[in-house]
Amino acid sequence: MGSWQIIQQSLPLFEKGFVLTLWLSFVGIIGSIIVGLICSLLKYFQVPVLGRLAAIYVEISRNTPLLVQLFFLYYAFPVFGFKLNAEMCGIVGLIFLGGSYMSEGFNGGFDGVSKTQVETGKAIGLSRLQLARYVVFPQGFTLSVPALAANIIFLIKETSIFTVIAIPELTNTALDLIGMYYRSNEYLFMLVIGYAIILIPLSIILTILEKRVRYGTFGN
Amino acid sequence: MAHSGINVLFEGRNLIRLFGGLWTTIEIAAVALILGLILGVILGVLRTFQNRLLRVILRLYLEFFRIIPTVVLLFLFYYILPKQMGLNLLANEVATLVFALWTAAEMSDIVRGALISVPQHQRESGMAIGLSRWQLYRYVLIPQAVSLELPATINLVTRVIKTTSLLMLISVMDVINVGQQVVEANNQKYPTGVFWVYGIIFVMYFAIDYPLSWWAKRMDKKRLERANG
Amino acid sequence: MAKEVIKVANLEKYYQKRHVLHEINFSIHEGEVVTLLGPSGSGKSTLIRCLNGLEPYQKGDVIFNGEKVVPTEKNWQQIRQKIGMVFQSYDLFPNLTVLENILLGPVKVQHQSREEAKVNAERLLAQVGLQDYENVYPRQLSGGQKQRIAIVRALALKPELMLFDEVTASLDPEMVRGVLNIISNLAQDSNMTMIVVTHEMNFAQQIADRVLFLEDGHILEQTKGDQFFKQPQTDRAKAFLESMDF
Repeated sequence: MGSWQIIQQSLPLFEKGFVLTLWLSFVGIIGSIIVGLICSLLKYFQVPVLGRLAAIYVEISRNTPLLVQLFFLYYAFPVFGFKLNAEMCGIVGLIFLGGSYMSEGFNGGFDGVSKTQVETGKAIGLSRLQLARYVVFPQGFTLSVPALAANIIFLIKETSIFTVIAIPELTNTALDLIGMYYRSNEYLFMLVIGYAIILIPLSIILTILEKRVRYGTFGN
Repeated sequence: MAHSGINVLFEGRNLIRLFGGLWTTIEIAAVALILGLILGVILGVLRTFQNRLLRVILRLYLEFFRIIPTVVLLFLFYYILPKQMGLNLLANEVATLVFALWTAAEMSDIVRGALISVPQHQRESGMAIGLSRWQLYRYVLIPQAVSLELPATINLVTRVIKTTSLLMLISVMDVINVGQQVVEANNQKYPTGVFWVYGIIFVMYFAIDYPLSWWAKRMDKKRLERANG
Repeated sequence: MAKEVIKVANLEKYYQKRHVLHEINFSIHEGEVVTLLGPSGSGKSTLIRCLNGLEPYQKGDVIFNGEKVVPTEKNWQQIRQKIGMVFQSYDLFPNLTVLENILLGPVKVQHQSREEAKVNAERLLAQVGLQDYENVYPRQLSGGQKQRIAIVRALALKPELMLFDEVTASLDPEMVRGVLNIISNLAQDSNMTMIVVTHEMNFAQQIADRVLFLEDGHILEQTKGDQFFKQPQTDRAKAFLESMDF
C-alpha cells in the first residue's frame, strides 16, 4: 500500500482522536482556569487555612509530572475504591496540573500591577476589596493574559500523555496504528499535522497577545 | 491494609531498583541539560544577530520544538532516526538527544529575551568605548542577562526533569518503568503496593523539583522587590 | 488661632535596622502651607508617606483633627479620604477614563451620588483647564495633563489636607509651571492646608508659610517661609540653599 492510501484509511481514526484531544483539552483548560482563579483569589485575599491549602496544592501540582499524577489517579486510587474511567482520570489529572499553572499565571499578573498604582488607590481611600476590584484585578488580568495563553498551549500538549492510560486521543491513535501496521512514517506525519493544526494558530495568537500587553494597550 | 502495602518497598531489592531507575532518569536529564543549555546559549546569542536567514532558521527550530508535544518528539526520533538515517541509538541516547535539543530550543528563547531586555543605552555605551561585538557580549550584555535569565533557566530545568517521566514510553528503564515492574511483580502479595510505589515516585520527583522551583521563585521575588524600590 | 489639622509627635521610623526618621515633631494648622525641603535621601518623602499611613512607623503618633490615629489599615483607609495625596508618578488608573478615575473615590469610597460627584468633578476639571478630557483614557494624555488630573482626583474627595510628593519631578520642564500654578491657586483661593515636598526652590519660596528643613531624617529647623530663604537658622540649611543655586 502507498503512503497516501495508508493516510486516507487512517483519516477517520485520526479525526476521532483529534476531536477527543480538543474536547479533553477544552474541558481541562476550563477546569484549570476555574481552579487556578480560586487558588489565586484565596492567596490574594490571604484567606486563612484555605489560602494555605491552596498554596500547598499549587506546589505539589506544579512540581510533579502529569504522567505520575495520572498513574496515581488511574492505578493507585482504585485500590482504595475510588475508581474513575480513563477519560475522567485524564480530565481530573489535567485540571489538577493545570490549576496550579493557571494560578501562577494569575498571581504573576496581580503581582505585576505596579506598587505605585496600589498606593494611589490606597491614597484615595479604597478598601482592600475595592482596590482589588477597580485597580489590581482589571490590570492584573490583562497582564496575565500571555501567561494564560502559554498555559493553554502547554495543557493541550500535555494531553498527549493521556496515551499512557490508553485514552484514544491523537497520540494514542497514532501509536496504536503504528503498533498494528508498522507504518511509522505515515502515522507520525499525521500526528504532527494534527497537533500543528491546533497549536500553530494558538501560538501565533499568543505572540500577538504578548506584544499587545508589552507595548501599551495599557501604558499609563 | 495500606500500611502493610508499604512493605512492598522493602521487599527484596525493590527500593534499590527504584533508586537505580531514578539514577537513570537523573543521568539522562543531567546530560541533556548540560548539552542543551550550552547549545541554547549559543543559539540565543546568534538569534540577537542581524542576519535574517539565521534568525528565521533558529526561530523555526524553536517553534518546531515548542509546538510538537515532547511525547511526539520522542517517538519521532525513536522511529525515524534508525529508519531514515540508519542511526541506531539506544533508547537512552534517543531520549538524551531529544531532551537536549528541546532544552536548547527553549533556552535559546530565554537567552535571547534576556539579551534584548538589557537596555539599549548599555549597548550603546559599550560601543561608545570601542568594545568589539564579542567584547560587548562578553563584558556587558551576557553578565547583565545572566541575572535576568537565571530564574527562567531554573524553571526550564524543573520542566526537563518532570518531562523525563516520559522516558518509559520509549522503554527506557527509568524510575517509572521500574516502578511498573515492581508493581506487577508484587501485585499478588501486596494489592495496595501500587499506591506506595507510585507514591514514592511522586515524592522523588517532588523532592527534586520543589527546591529548584522554590529557589527560582525567591530570586524572581527579590528582583521584583528591587525593581519596585 | 486656626484649628490644628495634623500633628506629629515623636515619630520614629526604621527600615529594618536603618533609622530613617528621628524624633519628628511638628503640627500644621488650617490653611497653612508647609514645604519639606532637604537634600535627596533626607527622608522627606518617607515622612510625608507616614502621614497617610502608606509607610508604617515604629514609634510616636500622628494626630489628625485632634484625634490620635490608631495605625491599623482600616483606620488609615478612613483617614485617607480626608487626606489627598499626589505622587511623582501621577499613576492614573490606566483601565479607567479620566472621569472614572476622578469619580472612583467619591462614588465608591464616600458613597456620594454620581450626579453630585460628577458636577464637582467637572467643576474641578474646568479649574485645571481640562474640561474636555472627561472620556479620554490616561494613555492619551501628556505627563502634565495626567498630573493635573491626579490633583483633581485627590481634590474630588474634598480633603482637609493635601500632600504633594515631588509632583513635578518627572515632568518635562514646560509642563512644570502649569502644575505649580494649580497648587498655588489651591493655596490662595481655596485656602487649602497642604504639605509640599519639592525641589523647585522658587516655587517653595513663593508658596511656603513655613519650611521644615530635613537632613538625615532629622528636622533641623522649622522656619517661616520668607525668613528661611533670606536667613536660614542653621548652617546646614544655608549650605543647602547655596547649593541649590536658584
